[in-house]
Amino acid sequence: MIANTGLVALILAFGLAVYATVFSAYAGWRRDSAWLLSARNAALAVFPLLTLSTFALVYSLVTRDFSISYVADVSSRAMSTFLRVTALWGGQEGSILFWAWLMSGFVAATLLRNWRQHLDLMPFVISVAMLTTGFFVGLALFLANPFARLWEVPGAARALVAIFPPAEAVQFMPADGRGLNPLLRHFGMIGHPPTTYLGFTGFVIPFSFAMAALITGKAHEDTWIRATRRWTLVAWVFLSIGLILGGRWAYDVLGWGGFWGWDPVENAMLMPWLTGTAFLHSVMITEKRGMLKVWSLILIILTYALALFGTFITRTGVVSSVHAFAQSALGPAFFIFIAVTFIGSLYLLLRALPTLKSEHELESFMSREAVFLLQNVLFLAITFAVFWGTVFPMISELVTGTKITVGPPYFKKVTGPLFALLLLLMGVAPLFAWRKQSAQRLGKALMAPFLAAVGLALGLGLLYDMHPGAIFGLWLVTFVFLTIALEFWKGMRARMSVRNEAPWTAFVRLLDRNHRRYGGYIVHLGVVMIALGILGDAYLKQETQGPLAVGEVMTLGDYELRFDGLVQYPGSDGREVVEASTTLMRNGEVIRELRPRRDYFVVQQQPVTIPAVYSTLGADVYVLLVGWEEIGLRSSTFKLYINPLINWVWIGGLFMILGTVIAAWGTSHRRDVTYTLPSQFRSNVVVVGGSG
Amino acid sequence: MTTQVRTIQIEARPRKKKYKFVIGGLLIVAALIYLIATTTMNSAQYYMTVNELLESEKALSGRPVRVSGAVVGETVQYDPNTLELRFTIAHMPDSPSELAAGGLAEALREAVSDPNAQRLEVVYVGPKPDLLKNEAAAILTGTLGDDGVFYATEVLFKCPTRYDEAPPDLES
Repeated sequence: MIANTGLVALILAFGLAVYATVFSAYAGWRRDSAWLLSARNAALAVFPLLTLSTFALVYSLVTRDFSISYVADVSSRAMSTFLRVTALWGGQEGSILFWAWLMSGFVAATLLRNWRQHLDLMPFVISVAMLTTGFFVGLALFLANPFARLWEVPGAARALVAIFPPAEAVQFMPADGRGLNPLLRHFGMIGHPPTTYLGFTGFVIPFSFAMAALITGKAHEDTWIRATRRWTLVAWVFLSIGLILGGRWAYDVLGWGGFWGWDPVENAMLMPWLTGTAFLHSVMITEKRGMLKVWSLILIILTYALALFGTFITRTGVVSSVHAFAQSALGPAFFIFIAVTFIGSLYLLLRALPTLKSEHELESFMSREAVFLLQNVLFLAITFAVFWGTVFPMISELVTGTKITVGPPYFKKVTGPLFALLLLLMGVAPLFAWRKQSAQRLGKALMAPFLAAVGLALGLGLLYDMHPGAIFGLWLVTFVFLTIALEFWKGMRARMSVRNEAPWTAFVRLLDRNHRRYGGYIVHLGVVMIALGILGDAYLKQETQGPLAVGEVMTLGDYELRFDGLVQYPGSDGREVVEASTTLMRNGEVIRELRPRRDYFVVQQQPVTIPAVYSTLGADVYVLLVGWEEIGLRSSTFKLYINPLINWVWIGGLFMILGTVIAAWGTSHRRDVTYTLPSQFRSNVVVVGGSG
Repeated sequence: MTTQVRTIQIEARPRKKKYKFVIGGLLIVAALIYLIATTTMNSAQYYMTVNELLESEKALSGRPVRVSGAVVGETVQYDPNTLELRFTIAHMPDSPSELAAGGLAEALREAVSDPNAQRLEVVYVGPKPDLLKNEAAAILTGTLGDDGVFYATEVLFKCPTRYDEAPPDLES
């Protein structure tokens, strides 16, 4: 019954979304506030309705209502309640409903928060946002209904999936569901889909505002940017978290010691992140100098189209991929919707182009404006290179009739230098002045970090006999780190000398007063850490493999691994566990015991290799049990990796989150600090605090 | 006098500047196109089905290719001491229009149960992947040897059992 309520709510939500799309546009066109209010109420009502629908599905999952096809498909009796809740996004139908629900939540929150200040944009904000929401609700209703049931039709071998009972059919309830693939039962894969969807759907807000600004002829003002700054940061940080969680899952579960494989599905997620990152930099210049207006608009259009494309790729299986996805009726619907959205928004942009004149000319290559422009170009170039590599098999098949692929080497070779250039830019950009920068002064400011980085990179590189690429990478990472640290130091030193503050106070207040700038630098520090982790993965990784009898030792680098024995026992959730006990030693000294495992999930017939990892900031020692002698359990085969610096990827991810939170909201105790300041600074502080 | 000179400068400057930026932009774009084009050519690999691979056997003469097919479960042999993994894949149609109505899972099942489908023996050295099992879709990179065996250097498997399953049998 609850499930039927969810279905009814879904139908109502679809009707209201369509209503809101049509009549808010009508209200905007006729400038009719009565219709606008009605459309707004309809748009607001979509969120509680979809909430009801989502909860109905979660309820069905938790109560094991296997008569619902989706529930039977993604959950099973053996799964814990927590895992059954997360099965909401474990399959296609649930994911689409979840997507639509999140998006309706974003829209409702915006309507409640930004209604009054941006009334003139609202008709078209509602229309654009509700069009997308309505599309996803429509998909959930007509093409991938999560509430469809299983029916037993006389004479048929298989159950029939339908919403309404076919003639002569009786409801069919399987004894148990299939359950979530054991490989997906990991915190990374549980957190990855919802954070990714939050990122994808969050970009609907800046996109809708941009479109509304274009339609109403206000795109040359920066209102739409100011109104959506925080929404953009929220979407961006969730997309970043989604990427990192996905990488962590691959590292922990897929058992090849890496975290990124340049698979089409991964690329589909990376592309909107790249353009989204360019967008949130580009709008700074639009906001501060009235430049790069067309760039900012193009970037948000691309980001949104790529987010839809990412959903399309993951949900329709149009590109061959290691990740398994449905090849379903969703394909054509998605394709048409993306094309309409993309072409429609480009048309609006072209129409408004004459009004989008830059308020200032670009004066010099040596200026902050030019550096930001270059970073836009680089982000877009990387996006294009990734897009090209991802769709190349399809293009080559269309043109020549044979499918030709480019593998991970292509992506590494093309994006590597571009990412390096971007990283360099990230380090030097804060030192560039607006309008024009004297090269001499820049050189002077950068000399110390440059030389220090050269010294460190050469020293370490020669000491450990590194690849030239690794030495260059190490130089780059050190140099950028030092320039950012220098920015913090300069800000702190000024406060310490002018206001006599202690270093820690100066640091906290620096963040507090100018949280957008220094929050951004913290994000940049996170990026530097991730770059360091990637450097370790690309150049410094070591691996070995081989069989060991009990008591034997294998060596890799400074480490030795001794095989002590193998046990077999039945584990929880219906699995058979084979576990090796090994001792990890470094230069003969025992560090700790490591227990790599192979779990076999009997019902799903799915083995899962679980690595044992000894983690330090310097490196992970990553041990896999890859085979064993069935009789006597006297010998096993291991694969051993040393993954230097890899933990900096995850730590860098945390810094990115922290920095974004600071950039978006500042630190919490701003108010207290305001009152403790001497009166002559107070007016100054109010202005700074108010600008965030 | 000085005012006049300054006026002329202000008018002349932007045009000259713009020219400079256009050239700079074109140079960057040219460099990017060169980078992408050459790398694409250097890392291009044929992506083939089993039938296509066996047809063009001679033309390939040891060049690395990518091949896709369906894993025949009973052929999987794994030596845990040497990590040598041997299995056979069966031809499976590649384009969506040729795929059976049941989607990928049905196509894989048909490929494995079809006695007339062409098969390819594969050898790979490395840990046995968790996803390698009967009716998994395999994407393999490697070279076809003169002995007709495919020597894979990289193996990927995907199991459609996750999202793309036919409704349950009524027996269950």
